[in-house]
Formats: sequence, C-alpha cells, structure tokens
Amino acid sequence: MHPVLEVRNLAKQFQMHHLGQRLHAFDGISFTLQAGEFLLLRGPNGVGKSTLLRTLYRSYLPRAGQIWYHTEEGRIDLATAADVDIALLRRREIGFVTQFLIARPRVAAEDIVAEPLRRAGIAAPEALEEARRWLAEFGVKRDLWRAYPTTFSGGEQQKVNLARALILPQRLLLLDEPTASLDAGARAALIRRLADLKAAGVAMIGVFHHPGDVAGLIDREIELTAREVAEDVAV
Amino acid sequence: MIASPTLTLQAPQLMTTPPLLTMTGVSRRYGDVVALQDLSATVYPGEVLGIVGESGSGKSTLLRMMNLEDTPDAGDYRLALPDLPGNLFDLDRFARRMLCATRIGIVYQNPHLGLLMKHTSSGNVAERLLIAGERSFAALRGRAREALDASEFPLDRMDARPIELSGGMQQRVQLAKAIALEPALLLLDEPTTGLDVSVQALVLDTLKRLQRDRAITMVIVSHDLGVIRTMADRVMVMRRGRVVEQGLADQIFQDPQHAYTQQLVHAKL
Repeated sequence: MHPVLEVRNLAKQFQMHHLGQRLHAFDGISFTLQAGEFLLLRGPNGVGKSTLLRTLYRSYLPRAGQIWYHTEEGRIDLATAADVDIALLRRREIGFVTQFLIARPRVAAEDIVAEPLRRAGIAAPEALEEARRWLAEFGVKRDLWRAYPTTFSGGEQQKVNLARALILPQRLLLLDEPTASLDAGARAALIRRLADLKAAGVAMIGVFHHPGDVAGLIDREIELTAREVAEDVAV
Repeated sequence: MIASPTLTLQAPQLMTTPPLLTMTGVSRRYGDVVALQDLSATVYPGEVLGIVGESGSGKSTLLRMMNLEDTPDAGDYRLALPDLPGNLFDLDRFARRMLCATRIGIVYQNPHLGLLMKHTSSGNVAERLLIAGERSFAALRGRAREALDASEFPLDRMDARPIELSGGMQQRVQLAKAIALEPALLLLDEPTTGLDVSVQALVLDTLKRLQRDRAITMVIVSHDLGVIRTMADRVMVMRRGRVVEQGLADQIFQDPQHAYTQQLVHAKL
C-alpha cells in the first residue's frame, strides 16, 4: 500500500525583488503520510507551519524537493506538476481549510457550501439539502442560510468555510488553524467531522493553535524549529 | 445522503487533460510597436484563464487573436473542437466568421463593439442565432429570451434598444449574445471596467454562475486584479507583448515570482 504523500527535502524561500533579498522559510523537510493518518505540525509562531501547508497545496512554489502524491495510477510530484493538474486535484482530492472565508459578493451561505457538490455533478436540490444539513451541524442559524456571508462575523464565516471545505471527502486535507475563532459547539462538530473523515481514510496535516482540541486524532507530530528558518540572505 | 456518514472516497486519478486552446509562437507588430512577441498560451476545458498586465502589455491584442479578429505575423492557433483542422489563422474570412459566430463568444469593454445599439436587445441576440441558421421567428425569440434570462437580463426589457440601457444591462445583452449558441470558448475583454462597483459585482456574479452551471471555458482580460482574483483559476501575467509569469491564481497572488508581478500584486494589496 502506497502512502498518500511522500515529502522529500522540501525547501521554500521567498525572493523579494523590491528588497533585493531572499527570505528563507524552511528546508530539508521530509515525511511520509499514510491514508487515514493525522500529522500535527508544531512549533512557535513564524516558524513556517502555514508556509509548509501552503507549499504542499502549491499556493507557494517550493524552491527544492519533491512532494509525491500517490494515486492508484501512479504518483505525481505536486512540487512540479502542471497547474491544470493541481487545479483538478484541488477540486477532487486535496482540500485546504483556513480560518478565512473567501466570500463572494451576493452568494448565499448555503450556495457557497453546496458549491463543491454542484461541481461534483450533484443536482441542486440534493446539494442544497446537504449544505443546509452541514450549516446546521456547525451551528449556523437557519435565518442566515440565505444571507450573504460577506457581512457575517468572523466566527460565522468560519463555520460556512468549514462546511464548504469538509462537505466532500477528499483524500488529503490540509488544515490551517481551523478551530481558531470557533465556539465550543462548532469546534465539537468540526472534530467529529475530522474523526469521520479520518476513519474513512482521509489523510490530514494540521496546524492548531490549541493542539489539545484534536488530541484524540493525532498519529504523528513534526516539530518545526527555528533551525530551519535561516536568516535573510542578501541576493 | 451524499457525503456522510457513509463516506465515499473517489478513486484517485491523474489528470492528462488536453487543452481546448493552444497558441504557439504568436507575434504581431503594428508598425514599430511590438504587440505580441513569440507568445504561447494554453487554455484547458472548463477553466477560467485570467490575463493581467498594464495598458499596452498586449492582453487585449491577444484576446482579439483568440477571436480571430486579426492575423499575426507568425504563430499557430488551434482549438480542440470537431471539424477544426490545423492552424485557425489559415482560415479564410468566411470560415473565421462562422467559427466565431458559432463556437466563440466575446464580450467587449465597449458595448458599441459588440452590439447594434439601435436594434432591440432580443434582436441583437437573435442575430447570432440567424447566422447559425435558425429561421423560425418563434424559435429565435424563444432562444434569445433564454440567453437573456441566463445572463440575468430583465425580460420585460428585452425589446429595449441597448442605447436606452445602462452600462451593466448592455453588458448583459453582450453576454446573452455571446452565450446564445453555447460557445466552447467565452472571451471577456475588461467586461466590468467602467461599471460602478455594485453593478460590477452583479455582472461578475452572473459570469461565475454561468461558469459553474455550464462549465464554459473562459478567458478574461482585466487590469483589475480584484476581478481576476474573483474569476480566474489560472493567471497569465503579460508585459510588453510577452508572458512574464503564469500560474494558479492563488500562487500568482500569494507567491508571485517575477519582479514585475510582485510589483503588480503589491500595488493592489
């Protein structure tokens, strides 16, 4: 059985042209992740935990190393894969959950949550019904379902965001502080959902401000240390 | 029950999607001005490609090449559609016109370029259908109505002339005309520039909805990074007739590599 993800000597730096500098984020990161495994990234603020997640998701381009993502048909290096392949993998297999909702103007909460189902070809009535079920599960009040989340509080936006991100099971989930700004009820709903996904074989990598929230789910931990954050290097 | 508690993971698959649009080595000079320089571009089915760049970077010229309104000095252009062999730049005027009318839709920033201002709105849309061979009045009217409705144009105004309509409504008529024949490719040249912010949001929302419901492949040109960020899956950054950088939209905005793109993104944020 292949792992879901095999990361080898991954490195990231930012080239900041206007400063004439390169900012080193991390290097030499290697780990393997199996289906259903939950990996916690630890370390102080600014050590590069979120940067690592974004690099795995390819929002950031790695400087060096490989990110082998295994499928039944072979493996693909996410570090160098074509943008179109990354886009399709994101649509079907690799999810990213942040604490920030990218709300679009004039799109109702339930439509935002239903969108991944619609994209997967599920008819509107069923997709909406499922979306409402998840909004309820995360404690979003019924009278907000048809409202536009652009005006919601941070916590309510986060619930919409989680419902949308977790409504379709994906093979790999990247979690960037998903519990931040959640009330206790929504946090419990989130942890229940993550446990279900884990049991179904979803592999997860997460950054949590309070790792205690997900203590029961964690299989392994990686500690990122300041050693991996080099100083600014003049170009 | 769709996703839970009976969770189903779909079998993973590697994607090898062939592009819908392929342009290679396209160059165009207007006198001493180099508009496009050895430019190549690909667009994949169902995606939205955003093209950004400052004025004069060649982005609108490129879009017009895609709409076969101009012929480059050199270059190759292919669309992976049935019955379209070879380089589209080699097609004669008649074949180009037919192809553009039936398979490619375009919305211009300036509605005067896309619409007959003194014909009715429904007539503007029906004209497209006439080119494609539709002759029955009832069918023309019905299909025009359908396209206007999909573009969220108020149907009680379908017999108003574009000249009597607001800018946002004119763009909806252009959009209806562009999608009436369900094109494989929809080209959008600054479609919301000049509209006030709330109208802009409504038009973008309509485009998003169309994209989601019909999976139309779109290429959108805009100097407004907010528009591109809202719409695009992938982004191509142009400068002086060349592509300086391209990538997934979030990567271009969060981790731009090229000095010019960094400048552009930082100017926005």
